Amino acid sequence: MSLLFAIPLFPLVGFLWNGIAGSRLGARAAGFAAVVAAGGAFLAALLSVAMLWQLPPAARVIEASLGEWIAAGDFSTAIAFRLDPLSAVMILVVTGVGFLIHIYSLGYMHGDGAEWRFFAYLNLFLVAMIFLVMASNLLLLFLGWEGVGLCSYLLIGFWFTREAPPNAGLKAFLVNRVGDFAFLIGLLLLARSFGTLDLDQILARAPRELVPGGTLVTAIALCLFGGAIGKSAQIPLHVWLPDAMEGPTPVSALIHAATMVTAGVYLVARTHVLYLMAPTAMVVVAAVGLATALMAGTIALTQNDVKRVLAYSTISQLGFMFLGCGVGAFTAAIFHLMTHAFFKALLFLGSGSVIHALGGEQDMRRMGGLKRHLPVTYLTFLIGALAIAGIFPLAGFFSKDEILFETYNARGPIVYLFALAGAGLTAFYMFRLMALTFYGESRLAPGVHPHESPRSMTRVLTLLAGLSVAGGWVGISFLPGWNRFAAFLAPVFADSEPIALTAHHGEPSHGLELALAGVSLAVAILGILAALQAYVRKPAIATRLRQRLPSFHALFERKYYFDDLYNALIVRPLFAMAGLSYRWIDVGIIDRLVNATAEAVRAGAMSLRAIQSGYVRRYALVFVLGVAVLLSLAAR
Amino acid sequence: MIQPAAYLYLAAILFAVGLVGVLIRREAIIIFMCIELMLNAVNLTFVTFSRLLGSIDGQVIVFFSLAVAAAEVVVGLGIIVAIFRHRATTDVDQLNLLKL
Repeated sequence: MSLLFAIPLFPLVGFLWNGIAGSRLGARAAGFAAVVAAGGAFLAALLSVAMLWQLPPAARVIEASLGEWIAAGDFSTAIAFRLDPLSAVMILVVTGVGFLIHIYSLGYMHGDGAEWRFFAYLNLFLVAMIFLVMASNLLLLFLGWEGVGLCSYLLIGFWFTREAPPNAGLKAFLVNRVGDFAFLIGLLLLARSFGTLDLDQILARAPRELVPGGTLVTAIALCLFGGAIGKSAQIPLHVWLPDAMEGPTPVSALIHAATMVTAGVYLVARTHVLYLMAPTAMVVVAAVGLATALMAGTIALTQNDVKRVLAYSTISQLGFMFLGCGVGAFTAAIFHLMTHAFFKALLFLGSGSVIHALGGEQDMRRMGGLKRHLPVTYLTFLIGALAIAGIFPLAGFFSKDEILFETYNARGPIVYLFALAGAGLTAFYMFRLMALTFYGESRLAPGVHPHESPRSMTRVLTLLAGLSVAGGWVGISFLPGWNRFAAFLAPVFADSEPIALTAHHGEPSHGLELALAGVSLAVAILGILAALQAYVRKPAIATRLRQRLPSFHALFERKYYFDDLYNALIVRPLFAMAGLSYRWIDVGIIDRLVNATAEAVRAGAMSLRAIQSGYVRRYALVFVLGVAVLLSLAAR
Repeated sequence: MIQPAAYLYLAAILFAVGLVGVLIRREAIIIFMCIELMLNAVNLTFVTFSRLLGSIDGQVIVFFSLAVAAAEVVVGLGIIVAIFRHRATTDVDQLNLLKL
């Protein structure tokens, strides 16, 4: 047994333990078991990555197999794990942030009454996510992929007695099915082309066996990206993520910000060889990423629910990651994935702390001035907001800057300006959120007395704030030799070095990189100042802006009418069709057939019933007549 | 000596009386008595043919028949008494609980 299998084993045992015995153990024991399980997984992951670290950089792969899983003819799949630098980064993020959020949940879910169910789901999620990032073949990855989708559904609808959460869970699940269908087709295409779904083999054989830029490789890349779009909430399948905020806040932090939604980015990075062979797919990835980043950023400007702002922010940041993938900067995308996991988990948990303090209030119009009441939450939240806005020297600065720089290199200044605008939007909407929540006048509902959250929650916030500050220092790209993160990931992306996109721009200079970093920093600061000006100093500005540009405001506030469009094009026609088939086919034909059969049997029975008069003498008469007839026949 | 046919006629008449009684009477006791009548008409026929054919078989069957009839009377009367106690009537037309 390899140590790799210990990583999912801990949460699996935790899930079974809580799932079977949790309801009888009580809340404390269930939470304790789940935290120990998550901590064990984190420890095992740390040890595994330490083992990986011992190996020479070029040979940093640990593989472990539990034997064959599915064998059908020539095709066979193993239950096998594979730890390389890319999955090492992912596994540390997943188990590390997961562990912290488990601890936080102890405080947040206190007194809910169904903690054991919550923690069982959370452990199960960790199992599935670990399978997803460590799978050595795409089928096992798909298993984890569906597993996290299931846990997402279960946890969004965790408070199933209310109306909205189960519907939101259903929406998430159904929208993801669309993407997963594309993913599945991609897998089938791969299986047909290579006869295997083993990642190692596919990535090694693809350059030799597929035509670069050909239809097949483009189709495969786009199908896999279709899955990524669904899971990572990109246009046009982003509509489920904001609604997913109906789940408990730790779930939003873990699943819908830090880990699960980044699975799409991981998938694209994992199969980057295919994407590099399909320039069209790369353009699509970059375009979808950029469009999503801008769209979600503008929607975030107009939302009033604190968690929804963060949800759109997540979508927007995921867009940046895909933009990074689409310009061939997979390292930068994964780097942003990691730092984003830190500061977005921090922001969500911070918003959870605010919501907890206000007794469930999520509307920013009824917040304000919370800085005094929640000092720890405020400070950590500020760090998270500065980090996501991209302020030097916090984590978000380095990762986002690298993506922007690579975008400039690969696609030129115009695309870069759009991406830069997205970064400016990020700073603006984050500090709009800060302003409405923590600064300004208090607009609390009467009778609400905010109180700082318990220490299990604030300690986690502090830890994550530390990571949000320091997390970026492992990958300082403009200091030569300081980009340890890229060096660590280099063996994975070694084959992506000669990316054609950078060729005509020549070797990027460090001077340019520094200059662009300065520009993006300036834009971020500008965004922050503008937001503070518009929402703290002179709130009239925001109001006037809204009145001046009513069509834009409506467009953003209605989320670019995506939900309305889908309702009109898909949901309502489907409901209408279901209604028609119910009325015509079900009621009109099937029910009528069944009822007619029953009616015929009944009528026949009623007429035959007359024989059964219940008079013994009549039976005797019939009996005698029968005997007489038989005798007369016999006598003949 | 009386002709054997006379015994057979008597048996036939007794049987017919019993049969009509079963069909037209409503008192369970009377019906029961009519059944006994039919039974004994058949017994008489058996004895007649036994004598006529010089065979002992018919008489043996009558013994069996009498024994069974005795047992049947016990059971039948017991049922009728039980019904009477329960319903205060032995009118078979009113014994229709099983009817829908």
